Amino acid sequence: MDTNIAAQGTTSTLGGSRRRMPPELNIFLVLIGIALVYEVLGWLLVGQSFLMNPQRLTIMILQVSVIGIIAVGVTQVIITGGIDLSSGSVVGMTAMISASVAQASTWPRALYPSLTDLPAIVPIGLGVGIGLIAGIINGQLIARTRIPPFIATLGMMVSARGISKWYTKGQPVSGLTEQFNFIGTGIWPVIVFLVVALIFHVALRYTRYGKFTYAIGANVQAARVSGINVEAHLVKVYAIAGMLAGLAGVVTAARAQTAQAGMGVMYELDAIAATVIGGTSLTGGVGRITGTVIGTIILGVMTSGFTFLRVDAYYQEIVKGVIIVAAVVVDVYRQKGRKKS
Amino acid sequence: MTLSPKTMAAVRASGAVPNAEYLLTAEGVRKEFPGVVALDDVEFKLKRGSVHALMGENGAGKSTLMKILAGIYHPDRGSVKLKGVGIQLKSPLDALENGIAMIHQELNLMPFMTVAENIWIRREPKNRFGFVDHGEMRRMTAKLFERLKIAIDPEIEVRHLSVASRQMVEIAKAVSYESDVLIMDEPTSALTEREVAHLFEIIRDLRSQGIGIVYITHKMNELFEIADEFSVFRDGKYIGTHASTDVTRDDIIRMMVGREITQMFPKEEVPIGDVVLSVKNLTLDGVFHDVSFDVRAGEILGVAGLVGSGRSNVAETLFGVTPASSGTISINGKEVVIDSPNTAIRNRMAFLTEDRKDTGCLLILDILENMQIAVLQDRFVKGGFVTEKEVTAACEEMSRKLRVKTPNLNERIENLSGGNQQKVLIGRWLLTNPRILILDEPTRGIDVGAKAEIHRLVTELARNGVAVIMISSEMPEVLGMSDRIMVMHEGRVTGFLDRAEATQIKVMELAAR
Repeated sequence: MDTNIAAQGTTSTLGGSRRRMPPELNIFLVLIGIALVYEVLGWLLVGQSFLMNPQRLTIMILQVSVIGIIAVGVTQVIITGGIDLSSGSVVGMTAMISASVAQASTWPRALYPSLTDLPAIVPIGLGVGIGLIAGIINGQLIARTRIPPFIATLGMMVSARGISKWYTKGQPVSGLTEQFNFIGTGIWPVIVFLVVALIFHVALRYTRYGKFTYAIGANVQAARVSGINVEAHLVKVYAIAGMLAGLAGVVTAARAQTAQAGMGVMYELDAIAATVIGGTSLTGGVGRITGTVIGTIILGVMTSGFTFLRVDAYYQEIVKGVIIVAAVVVDVYRQKGRKKS
Repeated sequence: MTLSPKTMAAVRASGAVPNAEYLLTAEGVRKEFPGVVALDDVEFKLKRGSVHALMGENGAGKSTLMKILAGIYHPDRGSVKLKGVGIQLKSPLDALENGIAMIHQELNLMPFMTVAENIWIRREPKNRFGFVDHGEMRRMTAKLFERLKIAIDPEIEVRHLSVASRQMVEIAKAVSYESDVLIMDEPTSALTEREVAHLFEIIRDLRSQGIGIVYITHKMNELFEIADEFSVFRDGKYIGTHASTDVTRDDIIRMMVGREITQMFPKEEVPIGDVVLSVKNLTLDGVFHDVSFDVRAGEILGVAGLVGSGRSNVAETLFGVTPASSGTISINGKEVVIDSPNTAIRNRMAFLTEDRKDTGCLLILDILENMQIAVLQDRFVKGGFVTEKEVTAACEEMSRKLRVKTPNLNERIENLSGGNQQKVLIGRWLLTNPRILILDEPTRGIDVGAKAEIHRLVTELARNGVAVIMISSEMPEVLGMSDRIMVMHEGRVTGFLDRAEATQIKVMELAAR
């Protein structure tokens, strides 16, 4: 029981009244700490400021926005005590399919003059919709057959990747419409990420959907006895996660202005890492979107910082793995200490 | 003189065991849990070659004491002496190595391992290559079983055994440690009469070999049959030790209860209304059969029966957790199909489950979240959004009314005492404004003060016209609170008793057959 209490509010006795500090504060301090370490190392090693470079920071957050969109869905899944391994493959699948209907018809028009480009809403809607369907399949499998979420979403991970390769027999899709590419340009991916985060932050904290999500993660039996239709709710949660992965696929294709079957490989693990660094407990019942947003930014700062310090890419991955594990270990110990006191 | 468990174990292994009169003694033992003093200045002495029963109501402190003796809990104060030498047990393993073995109520065998593997786990005989010598292990098990007159195949996987056989395996395992002290926690609760006789034979045999047995039971007749001595506990305090030949049943009850029953159970006569819930021939295949009863508004129907009689299963089926295979449920004369807890709640039923931790509390969430979760099904929600202010106000009012002891509702429920947790869960259901309330062991494991408050509350609900079904293993609670008592035995209703005619003996006769 000790380990399933990651990142809850600290209680402060200041001013006589017991009030909770936002649990994100710790994670935020970690973010600041990492950034400052880079700042100092930057001056020492490369003679530059890490933080005083808006362009770098913009690129940094742009790079992790797609991970962030996925992580918002993954956070909700993990709060129910589940896991979603399929998001990276769903990104690949939806990137391919949405891009294929977002292709500009400049060349075919020579033969078929009546051809027009589809408005961007069609490929976007299709990508999001296919993600949603993948999520519903995940949810139905888990709720109806009661197989572990790990296995259900592992199956989806493999199959969705297969679909994205089969769809064009491995050929990339390019020549996309300006309108479609637009949501991948400039700061738009970041805006999509933050809007999605805000919506689901509100949903988790202030709606019945949110309360039930936490209740299922905290104790599924008790949730069921309290009248929650656990199966139907889980389908909703996985559907949302799939939908967001679909949206991430659309953004990925739009940003790259092309789609390839290999897009999104390992994104699910980055999203899970961002979620867990952000204080969501893998045993369920605990976690917040704000934490996940900070966790996502931590991932971005780490990667961007390594590049800035000109650390070899091979070392980057090694250190990243260590940091992810360390973040959770520290959290578990902090929780244990609090419980005893 | 206090020796470390390791030293004691070494002394024991050398055979130089001090020959004290008492195998095990405890003095001035105190143990507190958050919000509850479980044991207060308790003493206990176990003689060589005797069976010593621990008696007391639920929550009296028997289990806590036993867990201290078995090294599971550590006393806050007081001393434990093993054969006259002070010892601080740090773990159950410490206890085992010092010759104290405990047989838990919930059995601790590994289902996918064989009987022999379960018994000799951690001590497997090895062949000269260092691998487990299964032949030798089988021979050792057979020898052990022969000595205890147990007829179980050592090679069978434990999952294929009945509860009774598993119990026997547990006992054999404890004996195999050549223990001097055996602690048994209600070992007969799941056994048939014949199996109980066999168990008693084994116990007498062990006793004649000089082993001391601590025996926890709720069954009075067992006490007279098997125990040499008994100690009574009440509300965490030690009341006294007597030879079981010196006393009558009534003496023991007086010691256990120690107060007027009427004080404890504030049952009032309230007007009883129409039939609210009517159950006909309710059956869950293989679990219970043909259960029929009515409950009226304002009535408290007590449900008694031994563990395994199907009481809790009936409650779960009524509430849609495990929908019935056949039979009908009518509410206010209208037949309803209850296929999930959700439909039960929509029919204004509420169900306080037996196991607070497993099926009640959302342990890592706070009081507010725990209390509001059921009522959110159909109230305090507008367009999907929870109306925080109103639901918080309702929860605050409820927790004031139920006197939940907490600084605020943002406290995690796992930090509350058992009694307060139970109040929060009752509050969860009262917010839904039920007309049928099913309570399964509503006061199990909570302190006496909270218990009385819960009893008062149940009475008040009945006065307001709620139909109450109360399942309880505590005889005084059932007798004290119920208007009528339904008794179950092995999945069938064996009889109904009216408040006026119900006595402990009549209930037991129906429950045990």
